[in-house]
Amino acid sequence: MHWTAADLSSALRVVATQVSTKGAAGKPSTPKPPAARRPLLPAVLLKFVIAASSVLLVLYLVVHMLGNLQIFFGPENIDGYAVWIRTILAPLLGNEGFVWVIRIVLTLAVVGHIWAATLLALRAKKARPVKYAAGNKVKGSYTTRTMRWGGVIVLLFIIYHILDLTTGTLNPNGEHLAVWDNVHADFAPDRWYVTIWYVVALLAIFFHLRHGLWSATQTFGWSSNRREPILKAIATAFSGLLVLGFLIVPISVTFGWI
Amino acid sequence: MSFSDYTVGAPVVDKAAPDGPIETRWERRKFGVKLVNPANKRKVKIIVVGTGLAGGAAAATLGEAGYHVSSFCYQDSPRRAHSIAAQGGINAAKNYRNDGDSVYRLFYDTVKGGDFRARESNVHRLAEVSRQIIDQCVAQGVPFAREYGGLLDTRSFGGVQVSRTFYARGQTGQQLLLGAYQALERQIHAGTVDMYQRHEMLELIIVEGKARGIVARDMVTGEISTHLADAVVLATGGYGNVFYLSTNAKGCNVTANWRAHRKGALFANPCFTQIHPTCIPVSGDHQSKLTLMSESLRNDGRVWVPKRLGDDRNPNQIPEDERDYFLERKYPSFGNLVPRDIASRAAKEVCDEERGVGPTGLGVYLDFADAIARLGRPAVEAKYGNLFEMYERITGENPYDVPMRIFPAVHYTMGGLWVDYDLQSTIPGMYVAGEANFSDHGANRLGASALMQGLSDGYFVLPVTIGDYLASNKLPEVAPDAPEVLEAVNSVNERIDTLLSINGTRTVDSFHRELGQIMWDYCGMERTEEGLRKALDLIPELRREFWNNVKIPGTGAELNQSLEKAGRVADFLELGELMCLDALHRRESCGGHFRAESQTEDGEAARDDENFAYAAAWEYTGRGESPVLHKEELNFEYVHPTQRSYK
Amino acid sequence: MRLNLRVWRQKDLADKGRMVDYSVEDASEDMSFLELIDVLNEKLILQGEDPVAFDHDCREGICGACSMVIDGQPHGPQKATTTCQLHVRQFSDGDTITVEPFRAGAFPVIKDLVVDRNAFDKIIQAGGYISANTGSAPEAHSTPVPKAAADRSFAAANCIGCGACVAACPNGSASLFLGAKLTHLGEMPQGQPERYDRVVNMVETHDDAGFGGCTNTGACATACPKEIPLDVISQLNKDYLAATVRGKRRKA
Repeated sequence: MHWTAADLSSALRVVATQVSTKGAAGKPSTPKPPAARRPLLPAVLLKFVIAASSVLLVLYLVVHMLGNLQIFFGPENIDGYAVWIRTILAPLLGNEGFVWVIRIVLTLAVVGHIWAATLLALRAKKARPVKYAAGNKVKGSYTTRTMRWGGVIVLLFIIYHILDLTTGTLNPNGEHLAVWDNVHADFAPDRWYVTIWYVVALLAIFFHLRHGLWSATQTFGWSSNRREPILKAIATAFSGLLVLGFLIVPISVTFGWI
Repeated sequence: MSFSDYTVGAPVVDKAAPDGPIETRWERRKFGVKLVNPANKRKVKIIVVGTGLAGGAAAATLGEAGYHVSSFCYQDSPRRAHSIAAQGGINAAKNYRNDGDSVYRLFYDTVKGGDFRARESNVHRLAEVSRQIIDQCVAQGVPFAREYGGLLDTRSFGGVQVSRTFYARGQTGQQLLLGAYQALERQIHAGTVDMYQRHEMLELIIVEGKARGIVARDMVTGEISTHLADAVVLATGGYGNVFYLSTNAKGCNVTANWRAHRKGALFANPCFTQIHPTCIPVSGDHQSKLTLMSESLRNDGRVWVPKRLGDDRNPNQIPEDERDYFLERKYPSFGNLVPRDIASRAAKEVCDEERGVGPTGLGVYLDFADAIARLGRPAVEAKYGNLFEMYERITGENPYDVPMRIFPAVHYTMGGLWVDYDLQSTIPGMYVAGEANFSDHGANRLGASALMQGLSDGYFVLPVTIGDYLASNKLPEVAPDAPEVLEAVNSVNERIDTLLSINGTRTVDSFHRELGQIMWDYCGMERTEEGLRKALDLIPELRREFWNNVKIPGTGAELNQSLEKAGRVADFLELGELMCLDALHRRESCGGHFRAESQTEDGEAARDDENFAYAAAWEYTGRGESPVLHKEELNFEYVHPTQRSYK
Repeated sequence: MRLNLRVWRQKDLADKGRMVDYSVEDASEDMSFLELIDVLNEKLILQGEDPVAFDHDCREGICGACSMVIDGQPHGPQKATTTCQLHVRQFSDGDTITVEPFRAGAFPVIKDLVVDRNAFDKIIQAGGYISANTGSAPEAHSTPVPKAAADRSFAAANCIGCGACVAACPNGSASLFLGAKLTHLGEMPQGQPERYDRVVNMVETHDDAGFGGCTNTGACATACPKEIPLDVISQLNKDYLAATVRGKRRKA
């Protein structure tokens, strides 16, 4: 609209857009929303998927960590443990059936977790098409980086870990159910770099859990400003203990304590 | 003939208010209004300009009633209207404290506080409606302060001796506005209200003598559009920004009102401005606005200056007996809680005596040392913590350790477009609500009464009275190309063209600053014949320079904030002249208007009821042309004029 | 003092925009940040250049109009302070300050530092109110509200709708804004009848507007000039979960 021409024809062009007194709908300035397709799932629900899947994964980690500690009671113990878990509910599910159920549940949880996190990351990218020239300097924005990049490291680690100590593909010993030997071969002192890789990955898990555990309480609506410091302290302590429980095994092997 | 040689025209009369006992006037008026058939309401279109308490509430309520409403605001969202900045609270005659409050007492206090220059019928209605406002706001979820029992808390405010002020910390205006805003958004969602944000009204359209629409500019694209309707409501706030520095938002302006005034709406009592005593002093030439510190601070803070001239010691080193607690000294019974106009003028007096404090000498101390000693720092912090923080952010000084410095600043304008009891202006079909009209506060507004009036007009008065006009007038459809419409659009275009074509050497702000300084010096806290005459010489000169030498970059077809400001300042340059004339003609002191020539022996304002018990409603005759004065006689049947005394 | 400003200049919606360097020689530490831009603009106008457009109105920290990201932080470095209340004394002589608009897909840049925040109004339209027609209200004291609830409601209602939460959020989410309104109304007895519809409708509108999802980083609450507590998002999640369980989620 060129308002500059003040002659009558300009005025007529102006009035052509105006609103009639009776009946006809107005042309309010409320801009139309961009013709974006409504996301299939609200972001809040995606967050529930992440939180709910993380509950399963954390429970698994606790059991996994406690199981690992069997190694301190000698080779028979840890190898026996490996055999024993495959017999749980065997009459019902057959040998190894239980382990497969767990594996399927975990896979679903991991896939759900990553799927929801990826969708959120993609939406975040779309929600800020232009980045800040000075960078985002608000405290808290680093958390996203640690969660997203930390999460990727954790995923890579899980894949390696499965190839290493589950399938044995990458393990120098690689004998099914020979846990003690596999672990000792894996973390032998001359393979110190593997131990370091495990330590780094476990640290990534620590950071991921530390924020993730509290975050889940916020997602479920349990956190409040009063409870937040306590919940965060618990999350840190819990993640620390869990990760220490895991770390102690490769370190002990590398240093020859067991 | 010069501007100040005004002529006196026929008296203006409020024909809408019923006679008879004041207690039942509103009841009878409500019964007397003609009703619009509910089935027809959707076909009736109403334009509401402004989305503050009055405009937001009116648009929402009219939408709820089923009218087809178009709402306009210059801000990016209706939620930002300047009502949001009101801190203290809202009065209501609920008498929850059982301290002797009543509708009649609120009515009485408001008429007296307004120094007997308000219309009794309007004020009584305001007091009646005040109770419903609280109910309405609570139902909307406004989080008022509450006591431990869960009931509403109230406080005493602004020199009133009952606790009738409801509040939400220091953010009452914000919370009330959000209530109105949310009600408005609900109607937008329901489709009854079309919202035009970032739109500025630049002209009123009058067809066959009736207000039938507006011309607005889309501030993003520069598009000029016309909007036609059956009635127009202006709820566009006050004109305190004529002083450049005021507590108003930067965007507050008189343009909508002035455009209506130029087209025939009378402008009443323009010189009645309220100067708020507790603002943060000016710090330098860069100053763009003044920040109010809530009046509630005077409940616990003590106002003083050094007794000795030129005493520039650190305030904490000035001993008690060398301090002059001038409000407590002059007004022993009200002390620091005297009404705003009195506190402001007293501060000005001590600064005129060169006993003012701070780098500019334009400031007085507001000291909390006693309150902190008496109540303890935590108690003071709980009450005023957010205000203290705000003060520290702005001044860099910590008021817990050093007394605050305060100085009066322009805050509110009691004057405005003349309206009758129905809030209808002298242009049929144009209604004016809230601070934009002149009706309820007389020559001085009491603290916590602005929010009350805005919401009273918007929620309860206007939606009823406007129906009477709509039901009793035949309003044929206006053709979009009617000559009156084209003329309005053309005048807007021409004006913008002219402004942009000047391409002079001074910025809009520099003109605005200069105008503000003239107004502050000669039409501020104290006015004299000589000063006002000087201002009446200076303003037209400045206006001429403005129209010859203003520089506005850019074009009109874009977001152009300089152009927006220029249009507003151009209107302020006309309004300022009228304000000075109004102040000059009113040779009495009343409320916020203090004429040095009219004072008692001890320096208090002396009213002249014999000659000036009227509202002065001015008729526009042309830019710089002498206007016509229409008087509305004010009759005080219930509250008999007495000299206010707060000693 | 002398301050260097790197300011985002963008002619209109369609323009790509760029950072432009300016310097203000005569800045005073008593100036507000907006007054600093005023001074810059006065100079630009006299030089015949286009002044920097920015949103502002009340200049006392309550209207929520001002919206700059200063050195990577919405409203600048001072805690709990809007741009208009930020003062130049927070900076040192010779500093270079980067000034950008709030960045979010849902807040398109209209010009320079001015963004369109209409999406916030849309979210409120979807349910950010209590339906109480004028005149229908019962006596105010007929519904006592426990003080704790009233106080929490107020703390949330304190939101000025400026959008700093969105500008700070690495995900570009408006969850703090959403949660603040839900908590304000949800803490009140008057807000209960519409509670679950409200959360569902507002969350859907939020997502439709193109805001990202919350991942509990807490950046929003850090940047919020009114210190809206982070747990309003916890409240939002809880209410949304409850609404989902109750089957209030509409079919999309």
